[in-house]
This record gives sequence, structure tokens and C-alpha cells, in this order.
Amino acid sequence: MSELLRLEAVSKSFSGNRVLDEVSFSLFRGSVLALAGENGAGKSTLMKVITGLYTCEAGQVLYRGDIVSFDNPRHAMDAGIAIIHQELNLLPNLSVTENIFLGRELRNGFGLLRSAEMIAATETLLAKLKQTIDPKALVGSLSLAQQQMVEIAKALSFEAEVIIMDEPTDALSDVETRVLFEVVANLKLQGKGLIFISHRLEEIFELCDQVAILRDGKMVHVGPTREINEQELIRHMVGRELSDRYPYAAVPKGDLRLQAEGLCAPGISDISFDAHAGEVIGFSGLIGAGRTELAHALYGVAELFAGRIMVEGAERRLTSPQDGVAAGIAYVSEDRKGEGLIQIHSLKSNMTLGTVRKFCSALGLLDLAKESRAVEQFVDAFAIKASGHDMPVQQMSGGNQQKVSLAKSLMAEPRILILDEPTRGVDVGAKREIYAQIQSLKEKGLCILLMSSDLPEVLGISDRVLVLSRGRLTASFTREEASQEKIMQAAIA
Amino acid sequence: MSFKKVLIDNKSLIALLLLMGAVSLYSPNFLTVDNLLNVLRQTSINAIIALGITYVILTAGIDLSVGSVLALSGAVCASLLAADTPLIVAFMATLFVGGMLGAANGVVISFFGVQPFIATLVGMTMLRGATLVFTDGRPISTGDFEVAEAFYQLGGGYVAGIPVPILLAAAVFGVGWLVLNRTAFGRYVYAIGGNEQVTLIAGINVRRVKIVVYMLSGAMAALAGMILTARLESAQPTAGLGYELDAIAAVVLGGTSLMGGRGTLIGTLIGALIIGVLNNALNLMDVSSYYQQIAKGGVILLAVVVDSRVKSR
Repeated sequence: MSELLRLEAVSKSFSGNRVLDEVSFSLFRGSVLALAGENGAGKSTLMKVITGLYTCEAGQVLYRGDIVSFDNPRHAMDAGIAIIHQELNLLPNLSVTENIFLGRELRNGFGLLRSAEMIAATETLLAKLKQTIDPKALVGSLSLAQQQMVEIAKALSFEAEVIIMDEPTDALSDVETRVLFEVVANLKLQGKGLIFISHRLEEIFELCDQVAILRDGKMVHVGPTREINEQELIRHMVGRELSDRYPYAAVPKGDLRLQAEGLCAPGISDISFDAHAGEVIGFSGLIGAGRTELAHALYGVAELFAGRIMVEGAERRLTSPQDGVAAGIAYVSEDRKGEGLIQIHSLKSNMTLGTVRKFCSALGLLDLAKESRAVEQFVDAFAIKASGHDMPVQQMSGGNQQKVSLAKSLMAEPRILILDEPTRGVDVGAKREIYAQIQSLKEKGLCILLMSSDLPEVLGISDRVLVLSRGRLTASFTREEASQEKIMQAAIA
Repeated sequence: MSFKKVLIDNKSLIALLLLMGAVSLYSPNFLTVDNLLNVLRQTSINAIIALGITYVILTAGIDLSVGSVLALSGAVCASLLAADTPLIVAFMATLFVGGMLGAANGVVISFFGVQPFIATLVGMTMLRGATLVFTDGRPISTGDFEVAEAFYQLGGGYVAGIPVPILLAAAVFGVGWLVLNRTAFGRYVYAIGGNEQVTLIAGINVRRVKIVVYMLSGAMAALAGMILTARLESAQPTAGLGYELDAIAAVVLGGTSLMGGRGTLIGTLIGALIIGVLNNALNLMDVSSYYQQIAKGGVILLAVVVDSRVKSR
């Protein structure tokens, strides 16, 4: 078995934070290597180093025996290393052929496109993958699985030797996953080397010859898949014990705040649970398991197909965020740029966006001083670092932005608070402060639903953990019962 | 450093003052009270329309229909006056008509998801047609009743030596500024242009705000239409042709972003004045009206290019 790609003691830091620490592994021809690890373990940074988006500060990457350092992913692709991202890089309004030949179209002497030739070449590529996609079809009209095949075909058109797939099965149905696995097996036979990033353990065991496990930027285990079992794999991924990174103290459970009964909405089905005042319920699951969809349904962003939501004993029909707000529900979105904060506007006008009416006189005129005082209170309480209330939030750090988001939702004095990935893209210090805030809000009797893909976080601050998988509730644990292994198992169920 | 920031923050005002300085050097008649009042009076119609469009552009929208709304409202007003309708009734009814025409744009945009450019382009075409149908292609006189005499004051009258259109423009800018800067509604206008999805998620009735904004734009066009009709003592079927472009130019010259979420009414006022002074200067300099359009376009292009250069630094 010949070596295609070798990493030797690759290291990478961001502003003093070591995200990759002397990582080494080899990828061989005709084999599939699984890259496993928790969110934030350094998997995507590692892939970016290989494909030239980042340069490593120590160590080296060897490709077919030569030391390489690509300037950008396109160079890597020209050399034969292709990456297929979770979010596909295709233009939906162009055809399959146009996508594959984008930027290197075949032209004749007059500068006109040699369309027939390109279409024929595309057909050949797709045939190699045993696909019957029309080369002239618009990519936007294809299913996600088919689009993935187009990406693979594109990689093959560059004569890629190494193909990296980042969570390729996440958005695929079981049947589509089967088809993908067949294609991967086929590529293996052709002598390609594949790196397969996945959270789904059963897929790793089924598909991969080797498994490499990253934890906190270190390669903690590399070896043949058959020499490791599921339990060991999970233990390698999770590793450390939970320390007091997570402030937690139980408080007496208060009144029943929220009852969800058989909720069905886009991306979720038949979800039921109760939530009380003074309680943090953690919702865990893989990416795409339906956490955000559940949050949207509970806040009124998405309408229910079936089921009902009772807030403090009264049924509420939530058809828009306005209804959610009226029911005393607040929602902090995972998507700060898209749903959370108006990036070009100031800290102040973001923080009071939903509650600005509270600061208006009977005539409807804003009392700016009153607004300022309210904003100041939250800036102090949350230790938000900003040059002033007029600072545009786009100039603030992720952690401070997240605090503004949280403050914005608390301005409305909600009875139920839904936090969707409240610490994503937030540094360790600010994370700890946000956890402390969550704890103190709980003590004040708020009912908190925490949607998070960060397992230690869920275990660290939740009173109860509910696990979602493919839109369904698959397990419910008390704080005492819950463990990373049990949650993982329920999440891949 | 801070001096530079003051310069950049007030670049529209500085451009206006430089322009006025240059014109006064060239033409001694420019800096006379009579001429300046004349400039202000001529600017007031464009300024009032531009006020409504500022609200629309702040929500990241556009309103191309204002010229046609102006014409149709003017025609409605003239025919009401010709039928001896009491002044206040005719005035309010015309504002209502303009507001409803604007609201119709808003409904098409926020309920049917049509792009503002297309929706109001359609509005512009259809309402111009409606005006021609309504007037049968001929001017409508405001008539010989006493009410027409009183109505004339709206466009041609003076209060304490100041032309009424200027006072009207000052009043709507005062109220418009207050609403935009000191009410929840004003915040929502900025917020929608800043990021509509964020505003929606924050629990704000985005559709309603948008409809009100387009309604306001229509009502402002109707007010401008009445001033024009009053001054001419008749409504012209082709009134207001191309006015939307002057108004949009004023908004852009005033520094309001076409992407929405950023801009001020003071800026729009200054932008309208720049266009007004420019028109006046070209007249004073006896530039043929053919060349005037080229000159005006050139100045606007220059201003926008300078503006984007300053921003990108």
C-alpha cells in the first residue's frame, strides 16, 4: 500500500491558541481514513491546512512524497487534492456541465464554447460514478445527494487523488447514503485516498479502513478501524473529565412553564416534553438533528403541522415571532449574523430592537435617557466590552456580540428563554461568563431551553438532557443519568 | 483626526456650501434673498417627495411610482376643487388617495414578495395610465370657485414673506425627523433595512411597517402634487414625469445607502438643496435646458464617486 499523503507534526495557532498540536497521520492509496473528533477539536482547521486555506507554522505536509504548501484550495485541487464541503460549492443556476468546467471551459479558435465536448466529458465522469444525471440539468434542480455526486465528478475531473468529504451524509437519506458508500467503495478500487469526516460512528465503522481521532488539537489515536470498538472511540473523542468550567447548582423546580405535545413541524416530528421554571433543559444531537427547527417551532418562526404548545397552562398558537414574544418566549438564534443582530447597527439599537416601545412616552416619543439607562444596566451586568452604546456590533468580538444578543432577549423579560448554540464562536472566557449568566437566570426562575451541539456544555449546565436524532426525541436523561456515551448513542439512533 | 471625521461626516453639507460659493462667485444674483427663496421654493416639491423616498430606501426598498402618484393625486384634487369641495376635505381626500396608492405598493411588496423595484415600476406605469384615463389626457383646471382661490395659496402664497411650499416642506421635515429618530416606528424602519430577518425574528411586524412606509411615500407625493397643482391652478396629466429620479438622487447625494439601514433626513434635505442650487445655477448661467440634464447627471455621478472613495478609505 503506497502512501499518498503524510502529515508530520503539523501545528497551527490562532492568536496564541494552539488549535493543532503536532498532528501526524498518513493516508494510503485505495483506503478511507475517518477523521473523528468533537466540534472544535480542530478537524476543519486541519483540512484547511491540507488544502492551502491556512499555512501551518510547524511541521510539513507531504503529498506523493514531496513537501507541499498550497496557496489556496484551487492550487490544491490542481495538484489533485479535492475537498467536498458540507455546504456544497456549486452554482445552482448553472448546469452540471457548466459547474464542472467553471473557470476552465473548453473553447474553440473563435473563443466559442465547445459545449458538445464538455457535455460528453461530463457524461463520462458521471458514468464512472454510475450516475444517470443529465449533464444539462440545472444544479439547483438536483437533489442534495445528486449535487454531491456532481461535486465528486468535479473532483475527478481534476484527476484528484485525495478526496476529502466533510460530513457528506449529514443531509442525505438512508438510501442516498447507500449510494454514496458504493461510490466511495468504487473510488477506493480506483486507488484514490479518501478522508471521511463524520459524527456518525456506525458509518465510520462500516466505511473506513483507518480512523484518526483529534481532541483539543492533538491526534490522540491513529489506527486501523478494526482494532478499536465504539466505546473506545467515544472515550478517545471525549477524553477529559468535566471540571468546574461549568458553574452549576440545582434550584427547586418551579411551576410548569411549557408543555410541548406531539410537535410536528419542518424538520421535527412528534416531540413532547415539559419544562419548568428554574430549570435548564439541554437539547443535544448531531448537526441537522432538528434542534434549531424545534426552537423555531417553539418561538413561532415555523408553524406547526400538528401538536400543541401550552405556555403556563394556556394553549398558544404561534404563527410568527410576534406570537412567541407575546407568549413570553425569547429566542437567541444560533445565527448571529442572519437572525440575531443587525451588524451595521449599534449595540444600543440592537439591544432594544424588540422592546423599544417600552421606552416610549404616551405620545409615542422615545425617551432616549431611559433607553440608555436600560442598556447601561445590561452592559454592566454582562461586562460587555464596547467603546460606547453607539459602537456597531460588527466591530465587536463574537463573545461580546453574543452577550448583546442575550441582553436583547432578556430586555423583554421573558418567562421562557430559548438559547440556540449560545457559545458558538465564543472564546473560553466569555463562554464561562455566559454559563454563569444562564445559572443566575435559572436561579431567578427563568425556564431555559438550551440547544447545543457542544456535549460537555450540555452536560455541564443542564438539569435534564433531551436527545434529538433526525427530528425525533430519542432519549431523556436526568443530570445524574446523563453521560457523553449515552447521549452519543441516542444521538446516532 | 477628529477634524477629518467632521469633514467626512458633513461631506454633503460641505459640497452644498462649496457649490453655493462657486455659483455666487460666478453670478452675483445668486446670493440675494429673492433668489434664495426662489431656490428653496423650487426645491420644496422635490424635498417633500425625497422625504418619503428616504423612508422607503432606509428599509432597503425603492419607490419609482411617486411621479405618477403625484400626477393622479393632483388630478383628483383639481377635480374635487372644480366641484367646489371644501378645501380641507379636498386636501385630506387627496392625501388619502396618495397614501392608499402607496399602501397598494406596500401590499404588493410585502404580501406577494414582489421586488420593490418591479412593484413600483408597475405602479408607475399603471398609475400614469390611470391619470391619462382620469384626465382624458387634458389638464384639469382647479375651477373658478372661491375654494380654488384659497387652494392657490398652497403653491403660490406667502406667510410672513416666506413662500408656503417652503413652510410646508419645513413642517413635514420636522415631523418626519421626529418620527424617524424618536419613535419605535423609526427604529423599525432602520432595522428592516439593516437586516429584515433579524427584525422579523425580534418579533416586529415587518409587513405592517413596510406598508406604512410606502403609504407615507405615496402621501408625500400627493402633497407635492397638490403644491404643484395649486401653483399652476390646474393638474397636468404629465405632471411629475421623472420626479422619482430627482428625489432618489437627492436621497443618495444625502448619503443614504441604497442597501438600506443607513442614512438621515438631514442628508436628504441637503441633497435636495444641492440639486435645487444646481438647477438654479444652470439657469442663471443661461445654460440651455438640453445641456442642463447632462451637467446635472455629471455632478451627481461625481458626488457618488467621491462618496464611495471616501467610504472605502
